Amino acid sequence: MLYREAGQFKTNYVADRAIFPLREDRIGLGLIVLVAYSLAFLGNDFLLQAVLIPFLVFSLAAIGLNILTGYTGLLSLGTGAFMGVGAYACYKLMTAFPEVNVIVWIFVSGFFSAGIGALFGLPSLRIKGFYLAVATLAAQFFLQWCFIRIPWLVNYNVSGALEAPLRTLFGIPIVGATATPQTRYLVVLTIVIVLTWLASNLVHGRIGRMWIAIRDMDLAAELMGIRPLQTKLLAFAVSSYYCGVAGALLVFLWYGGAEYDVFNINQSFFILFMVIIGGLGSLIGSFFGAALIFIMPIVLGIVLPAIFEPLGIPIAAETIEHLRFMIVGALIIFFLIVEPHGLARLWQIGKQKLLVWPFPY
Amino acid sequence: MRAPDHPILAKGDVLLAVENVSLGFGGVKALTDVSFDIRKSEIRAIIGPNGAGKTSMLNCINGFYYPTEGSITFQGLKRPKMRPYEAARGGIARTFQNVALFKSMSTLDNIMAGRSIKMRSNFFWQLFRHGPAMREEVEHRKVVEEIIDFLEIQHIRKTPVGRLPYGLQKRVELARALAMEPELLLLDEPMAGMNLEEKEDMSRFIIEVNQQFGTTIALIEHDMGVVMDLSDRVVVLEYGRKIADGTPDEVKRDQRVIDAYLGVAH
Repeated sequence: MLYREAGQFKTNYVADRAIFPLREDRIGLGLIVLVAYSLAFLGNDFLLQAVLIPFLVFSLAAIGLNILTGYTGLLSLGTGAFMGVGAYACYKLMTAFPEVNVIVWIFVSGFFSAGIGALFGLPSLRIKGFYLAVATLAAQFFLQWCFIRIPWLVNYNVSGALEAPLRTLFGIPIVGATATPQTRYLVVLTIVIVLTWLASNLVHGRIGRMWIAIRDMDLAAELMGIRPLQTKLLAFAVSSYYCGVAGALLVFLWYGGAEYDVFNINQSFFILFMVIIGGLGSLIGSFFGAALIFIMPIVLGIVLPAIFEPLGIPIAAETIEHLRFMIVGALIIFFLIVEPHGLARLWQIGKQKLLVWPFPY
Repeated sequence: MRAPDHPILAKGDVLLAVENVSLGFGGVKALTDVSFDIRKSEIRAIIGPNGAGKTSMLNCINGFYYPTEGSITFQGLKRPKMRPYEAARGGIARTFQNVALFKSMSTLDNIMAGRSIKMRSNFFWQLFRHGPAMREEVEHRKVVEEIIDFLEIQHIRKTPVGRLPYGLQKRVELARALAMEPELLLLDEPMAGMNLEEKEDMSRFIIEVNQQFGTTIALIEHDMGVVMDLSDRVVVLEYGRKIADGTPDEVKRDQRVIDAYLGVAH
């Protein structure tokens, strides 16, 4: 009853092309943003540091991969490495120019990642599907080799690790050991909101249509004058930009320091699973996917002991760990069978049902 | 606005000339020494039995294939080897034998995608969906709405095209090609698999496009009734060779065409 399309008339094309044409959707979005910001003050350190910050970081990386794989239809296994490029670039920049604010460098570091991503995207003109995935795998291994073998990237740090130096914004530490989870969460949240908004603008406009055209029917797209190489490289660049920023956030605003193996192939698969489960070609799906793959195991780790202990069944920590893997695995299979197009499609179906509720159609 | 780098053509001038084109794939010869022309604002049919090389001919015209021999002259300029998108930017649009729409997009977005080459706003404005980007979006939406009205597909404006019945998909594909405002429109079997009513609608649209916008149309079609009624001139291919060329009446009486379609008694 609260969610109705009826009576909301569009009298111009700008209103008709709005990304959220329904008033209820706009209110809902506003509420979500409000809740997200108030969680910084209501949530405890565990919630912010171990759940929400990583969730946002992974969501951003998933948005990046979704632009490439979901919207443009180019399979990539180099996400981890592109995140790494962002993180290492950010480290070099913030140590070389400490007087410039770190927020600037986080955004700039994405451009390095975008450049490298576009470079490794060049084969995409000739090869598709799994073969392209193998080509991006080369990026993954080559870049990871660079992270290990080029000590210049970590300023000749003996441990070979990236360490977050202290950096402040308006006098408040946001990067480094003294930055509180609360401030870091607010910074990450703001960056993710801004970048999600920009991504949403891109995919709803001309460029998004060109990407989807390449994905759905590349020959027809080319016959309509869409240049395949430029369009694909743009997708690679934008995608890698998002991954790069996500990588910088991961190291400096979540971990506080990291070694090269954070950006290994497992990370690439981790993000790819989020995109597939969440929904290919959907921005909100990226958030759903990150939530299911990252938050679900944490929730189970808390819920499972709470279920078993009152029943008097002793349960070992490693059993919980195994159960977590089993349940998350089963859920992934379940969701993929119920809706192969991901959680985003389930969400969409739910909204459509709600529009006509209580009638079936 | 850049001045066109080709001579302005009047109705009846040669828009596209195919001269001695041959196309081979290894040992297979798809086309052998084919020559014909398409004049501005006419409806030109390319017919022939299955495997005659009709679609290969269209593929040469819009740059999918480059002829092994011979040349194609478009708007008075001899064409170098080019990619399909260059042909598209030059003003050649095309629909496909098997519908090649962007399945997940709505009808509206499909047609809007057809206007991608006309859109100029840069990445920066696209990023903010503001200023020139939004103005352009609205401006092109108006044109797209005109095409939607013209082809009578208002009711499916926001439906994902994957869900539409076949006849409507064909119509959306025509709409998408029209959105490019082409000089030359290539239609590859626009009526394949349609019932009588849908064929009548489609024929009406083809004639209206030709008359209202003056678009030159080259079409491949197997329905002889449609071909003879619609087209100004017909070229007939068989086994990759041209066997007849002329008005529908001339072609209909041509003995080689009758033989090609009905077979010869031995």
